[in-house]
Amino acid sequence: MADTSADSKVESNVEIKPEDIEVILATDCGSTTTKAILIEKTNGQYRLMVRGEAPTTVEAPFEDVTMGVLNAVQEVEELSGRKLLDENHRIISPRSKSGDKVGTDVYISTSSAGGGLQMMVAGVVRSMTAESAERAALGAGAIVMDVIASNDKRQPYQQIERIRHLRPDMILLSGGIDGGTTTHVVEIAELISAADPRPRLGSSYQLPVIYAGNKDAREAVGETLAHKVDLKTVENLRPVLERENLLPAREAIHDLFLEHVMAQAPGYKKLMTWTDAPIMPTPGAVGLIIKTISEIEDIEVVGVDIGGATTDVFSVFQGVFNRTVSANLGMSYSVSNVFAEAGLDNVMRWVPFHMDERDLRNRVKNKMIRPTTIPQSMQELVFEQAIAKEALRLAFEQHKSFATVLKGVQQQRTIADAFEQKSSGETLVNLMTLNMLIGSGGVLSHAPRRQQSALMMIDAFLPEGITRLAVDSIFMMPQLGVLSTVHQQAATEVFNKDCLIHLGTCVAPAGDAKEGKEMLSYSIEFPDGRKEEGKLMYGEMKSFELGFDESTNLPLKARAKLDPAGKLDLGEGSGKSIERNLSGGVVGIILDGRGRPFHLPTDDAKRVSKLIEWMTELDIYPKEALERE
Amino acid sequence: MAHTYTPGLKVSSKELISKRRILPLKGDVLVKQGDKVKPDDVVARTLLPGPVETMNVANVLGILPDEINTYMLKKEGEEITQGEVIGRSKSFFGLFKSEVKAKLTGTVETISSVTGQVLLRGEPLPVEVKAYLDGEVVEVIEAEGVVVRSWGAFVQGIFGIGGETHGELKIVVADRDTRLTPELIDEASKDKVIVGGSFVTADAVKKAISVGAAGIVCGGFSDKDLRDFLGYDIGVAITGSEDLGVTLVVTEGFGEIMMAKKTFDLLRSNEGKMACINGATQIRAGVIRPEVIIPIPDDIRSGTAAKQSTDIGLEIGSYIRVIRAPYFGKIGKVTELPSPLQKLDSESMARVLKVKFEDGEEEVVIPRANVEMIEG
Repeated sequence: MADTSADSKVESNVEIKPEDIEVILATDCGSTTTKAILIEKTNGQYRLMVRGEAPTTVEAPFEDVTMGVLNAVQEVEELSGRKLLDENHRIISPRSKSGDKVGTDVYISTSSAGGGLQMMVAGVVRSMTAESAERAALGAGAIVMDVIASNDKRQPYQQIERIRHLRPDMILLSGGIDGGTTTHVVEIAELISAADPRPRLGSSYQLPVIYAGNKDAREAVGETLAHKVDLKTVENLRPVLERENLLPAREAIHDLFLEHVMAQAPGYKKLMTWTDAPIMPTPGAVGLIIKTISEIEDIEVVGVDIGGATTDVFSVFQGVFNRTVSANLGMSYSVSNVFAEAGLDNVMRWVPFHMDERDLRNRVKNKMIRPTTIPQSMQELVFEQAIAKEALRLAFEQHKSFATVLKGVQQQRTIADAFEQKSSGETLVNLMTLNMLIGSGGVLSHAPRRQQSALMMIDAFLPEGITRLAVDSIFMMPQLGVLSTVHQQAATEVFNKDCLIHLGTCVAPAGDAKEGKEMLSYSIEFPDGRKEEGKLMYGEMKSFELGFDESTNLPLKARAKLDPAGKLDLGEGSGKSIERNLSGGVVGIILDGRGRPFHLPTDDAKRVSKLIEWMTELDIYPKEALERE
Repeated sequence: MAHTYTPGLKVSSKELISKRRILPLKGDVLVKQGDKVKPDDVVARTLLPGPVETMNVANVLGILPDEINTYMLKKEGEEITQGEVIGRSKSFFGLFKSEVKAKLTGTVETISSVTGQVLLRGEPLPVEVKAYLDGEVVEVIEAEGVVVRSWGAFVQGIFGIGGETHGELKIVVADRDTRLTPELIDEASKDKVIVGGSFVTADAVKKAISVGAAGIVCGGFSDKDLRDFLGYDIGVAITGSEDLGVTLVVTEGFGEIMMAKKTFDLLRSNEGKMACINGATQIRAGVIRPEVIIPIPDDIRSGTAAKQSTDIGLEIGSYIRVIRAPYFGKIGKVTELPSPLQKLDSESMARVLKVKFEDGEEEVVIPRANVEMIEG
């Protein structure tokens, strides 16, 4: 769901003066892995010292998120030589001033340990309000576990049993047009009240229920559900029969998920007592970073954080910040859902060798039930990165549909449309004006080769024109996001020096293109005097090394003259040539002549040969490994 | 990664197990605290109003609505059975007659002389909750249900399909490495919870359904077969309400994977005893795992739970099982635990261990994240 509001405000209770802070410990509890970083001030500058990680412990036998935190901190302790835990397994704070490397000045954390979002929706008529409610929930990235309607042919007791059995994270209740009958929707509220649903993550909070139905029934629904659930009332999602107004409900789902479900986990309350600032939901923290980059550099940015259960996408276009959390797209707990949503063929189109379907399916499910395993063989890595491309693609699709121009404008429907509706609004996301694409999350930050991260992002997001690519070095943007609310200077210094890895620049002409046609002629002058000139043909990819300035450690620039063929566009208009500096990085400059819109060859042998060609040119995987498979 | 971590699945020879058995709507609790119950015993019940059927009697009989009471053979509140004549009219000197028959068994709810409609109410529908366990009622929640407690052997599976059921445990394989195939299942498996070894084939599941087996417990199952059975892909794993015809509890994972020795031995030692199983699974934070419970008829106020082995972490000599390709399912003994990170074939840097598999002499390097400790 999109969020244009100011990001979550964190009120720090750090009492120490910022200039006296020399040691900072920060953790991020993901659904699968808990990451800890240690930042220290050395020679007047804040730098990342070490990083530790451990599996998140939300499952038996521990069922306590703080266990994973302690394990990750223990690894930091071992690697840094700084004693951070006392004999009672508590974080030592404040730091000992005697210079004996004991304790930390500040401990902060983010969390997304609660994982995905599974909800139930309820409405009066299955094909009307209940369906609108379902669309609102799906649009917000939720999995809809069941749709309950007055006319779904189930007995009330069966509906109640279902609510109890499924333990939804949230219920969206709708029904009735404004001014219509209130009886049925109140009856459904009574059903929810009778079910007395318990949230899956324990009794520390009440189950969120959103009411988006007939405004005349608000009071009665409120009375029915009082003290039983955490009720939030928003505008009717179907105020009149022929008009759908999904946005308020979608936003409410998103906010409640972020604030009440995602960060929650067994042991969460305990962790809250440990931190010096409130625990921030991970997407809130990463969103802060992305927004800051956009503001400082005055550029349009897309950021993505791909986790085990969720994938979060952030964008700033035309100065508007948007954030979506795809609650069920991720690389471990949600991997099976990525596979189900994208489909086998879409995943396998990125794999340049044959794999047995039966075996593949088992591998995906085994990753879901044993989420902390890692790819050992090259074949496993290629397959995992193929799934990641699809997870990123689907999350971005969702983001585009939410980051719309006409926010809050209701879609008019005719009676004929009433039974079949689509979402509305034109997306703000413009891949041609996009300046920078930033990736974070395990599969992007820990890819054995940075080229792999670059190609995953290019294949999934399909940037157009000229786009810089960057990646979170070791997956620490969440911690730096929350740190920025406590100590802006430390967050900025570590971000610039240790976090953001510039990969380089992708150049991709957009427009209709055909096999055998020229896409682009280029002439690039490198700072070392090298000059590369040539033509990029349709279906080709080329890469050129362009690294960093040794003295400043900033990416080098190369002067490029780029002349798109025919009506192809690089951002200045169709057929218009461009002369500008291209920024380098670990990967360098990538020329992508595969066309936008992008199509893979439909012929299988040709597809495989093209994939191998691109992977070889960009040095994605060892050539011998691809040939061996 | 320094720590390996796999979902902690409980396998215990003796545990005190409590289950809440609650009605979906308020009703009557039929047992009291201290009562001994069997799995099929109904512990709470409520009656739901029966379905309503409207019949336009005046139309069918060709009479005016205000004449309806003259022609109705049954009055409001009277009991009726399906097919019974409830109204009759005669015309043309009694030569022709029209009749209306009850569409359901129940009572006549209302007769309207304004519309000529008759409302029939079906018999009340009983909604019952069974005890599920062989145990004792330890708490009564007034008008809602009970808590049943029992000592029992307890096995948590990793993934399951289908809801609560019970049956006598029957081990149909020779050892934990044997595949459960259709030939191993016959009429004697009816109403039983059958235990296989490393893998249950799709044909074996079909055979189990056809002979009326209550449940299957096995090491592995294929996701493709699962999809074929259900007709859809399981995206987010939330199961328990499928109607497969049999409840399935998978103890180890997807694909062919030998059942853990401790699990197999525990089930085998309880062969012939009654097992209560539930396939309901939710894999997300706040996880629910499928279960096999073999109640032990002991006094719930005495007795002690079996001691759980404590996790001492990986050591040289520890038995491990590989839980990811390319050595998925293999079992071996740890021979070395090097501490520096090592480069894998995938070029990832990871903490590794060296292992000697049961079936080979050669030592193999595996990332520590891809193994789980097992009891040898």
